[in-house]
Amino acid sequence: MAQGVQISPKSIPTSRPRSRLSQARIEELTAYLFIAPWFIGFLVFTAGAMLFSLGLSTFDTDLLSTSTFVGIKNYVDLANDPLFTKALAVTLYYTVLVVPFGTVTALLIALLLNQKIAALGFWRTVYYLPAVVTGVAVAILWGWVLNPDAGLFNQGLALVGIHGPRWFGSETWAVPGLVLISIWGTGTNMLLYLAGLQSIPTEVQEAAKIDGANSFQLFTSVTLPLLTPTVFFNVVINIIGSFQVFTNAYVLTQGGPNNATLTMVLYIYQSGFRLFHFGFASALAWILFALILMFTLVIVRSSNVWVYYEGGLR
Amino acid sequence: MIASNTPAVAETRHQVNVGRISSRIVLYAVILGGAVLFSVPFIWMLSTSVKPGYEVFKVPPVWIPSKFEWDNYWVPWSNLPFLTFYKNTAIMTFVDIFATIFSSSIVAFAFARMRFRGRDILFVLVLSTMMLPMQVTLIPLYVLWSKLHLVNTLWPLMIPAFFGSPFNIFLLRQFMMTIPLAMDDAARIDGANWVQIYSRILLPLSAPALGVVAIYEFTFRWNDFLGPLIYLNDPQNFTVTLGLQLLNSQYVTQTQQIMAQTIISIVPVLIVFFAAQRYFIQGLVITGVKG
Repeated sequence: MAQGVQISPKSIPTSRPRSRLSQARIEELTAYLFIAPWFIGFLVFTAGAMLFSLGLSTFDTDLLSTSTFVGIKNYVDLANDPLFTKALAVTLYYTVLVVPFGTVTALLIALLLNQKIAALGFWRTVYYLPAVVTGVAVAILWGWVLNPDAGLFNQGLALVGIHGPRWFGSETWAVPGLVLISIWGTGTNMLLYLAGLQSIPTEVQEAAKIDGANSFQLFTSVTLPLLTPTVFFNVVINIIGSFQVFTNAYVLTQGGPNNATLTMVLYIYQSGFRLFHFGFASALAWILFALILMFTLVIVRSSNVWVYYEGGLR
Repeated sequence: MIASNTPAVAETRHQVNVGRISSRIVLYAVILGGAVLFSVPFIWMLSTSVKPGYEVFKVPPVWIPSKFEWDNYWVPWSNLPFLTFYKNTAIMTFVDIFATIFSSSIVAFAFARMRFRGRDILFVLVLSTMMLPMQVTLIPLYVLWSKLHLVNTLWPLMIPAFFGSPFNIFLLRQFMMTIPLAMDDAARIDGANWVQIYSRILLPLSAPALGVVAIYEFTFRWNDFLGPLIYLNDPQNFTVTLGLQLLNSQYVTQTQQIMAQTIISIVPVLIVFFAAQRYFIQGLVITGVKG
């Protein structure tokens, strides 16, 4: 500190001409060196890979023996492919169910835990824990919970006199089964809502109460609008995630019964790594990418209608 | 006037109290009910894992088995090389954690602290690749690794970690932005160069955020399925998730053994979670609410 005080601002520029490179130039070159790992990775694993994938999507290739340039044929085939239509429908159906139900569930739990309750840490952990466990373990666990005959879920339903569906053995109930698994793991969203709720200044809520707002009005007119940025963030992340659902469908159903759970990523996997139609699979991947981009843009565009930013930037 | 009002006021207050207490009871009942719904699948799994085979499919279910069948936990280890699965997963996970911490933090440091031409555009590029679905690059990367003869090894699952991950770069950069600039200035006056400012000042001060990255990377790698599924063919190279799936598909009827192995596989994740719960939540706040 004492040293810092002694150095006058003028003494810094005088030291500069001594080195051939200026401090700013050294800083810049060092920075390029520091970001080089990411930049090389970006060029090879992202930009290069995407260009290659785009190129590959115009070929009919198994990457070993045959490789024929076919132009846009893969995309034409895809448009006429009933399995693609099915995969698209399954993925959209899953997304349409998961995003709203997941959002509402996470929000409700967050609201419950945002009350002045004892042992908040404990309850938060209990609700969050399923989100810590993901992937194959969750799929296997829920395959057993949703077992039509001896599974916990249907036995629970039987207690209240409901004959449970056959879940992953039923074309109608397989996707709702996947949705149920996803909602069980909604803990991350719940934590984000809870953090969002806790950052709402209490003065605003107090003011509304003094003005005579009841709890319902308080929620719809004060809490919810102030929470919309968090909702927005979660919805975007959830849409991107639900378009990429794979592991549960792969482990539980392999896309069945009768392709009822053939999600887009599962179809990409099967086309590429099972049937070795790598060109067609690349075309599928690009369509998936375009869809995700489109949906994200729609949500982002719609955000200025329903997302409230306190800073005033609307 | 005042005298006649008092009992009425007292009565409303009494009603309010009763109302408040009963609404509290309802609140706790709902929270407890939800908590039971969320945790009962775990308890069910635990119960199944120690059942003898003949009690697994009983209707109505048996919660506490008549005989504790601990064999369920180790029998699959003699049928499938689970020890190898765990060893492979551990190698992959730890290499990935250290590689991504090193590479992501140095990139994040440059974005947070240094001035260079194109910085803002490059950072936007980082952010936009964060949103990119990995399926688009799945096939080209597979082609790349197979040309390099690295398919059916753990390398395709480890090498990319040395090039930083956009999400980790973003998270660390956000955190580094909150560290006062005065820290670097003091070091610079003492003659520190950029490498020293990064390694001696920013890196130690970013420990909480590095912890978050380590934990996320751990859970992500430990649970990853699609990556290993594509690159690993030989059971000798399998990770735990592939091993579980193999057990699940080959020993379909041994539900109790599958559940026992599933439990073993999630124990490391649970240990990390309970040891570092604070970091999990902190990480969400850094990336979610502020981002």
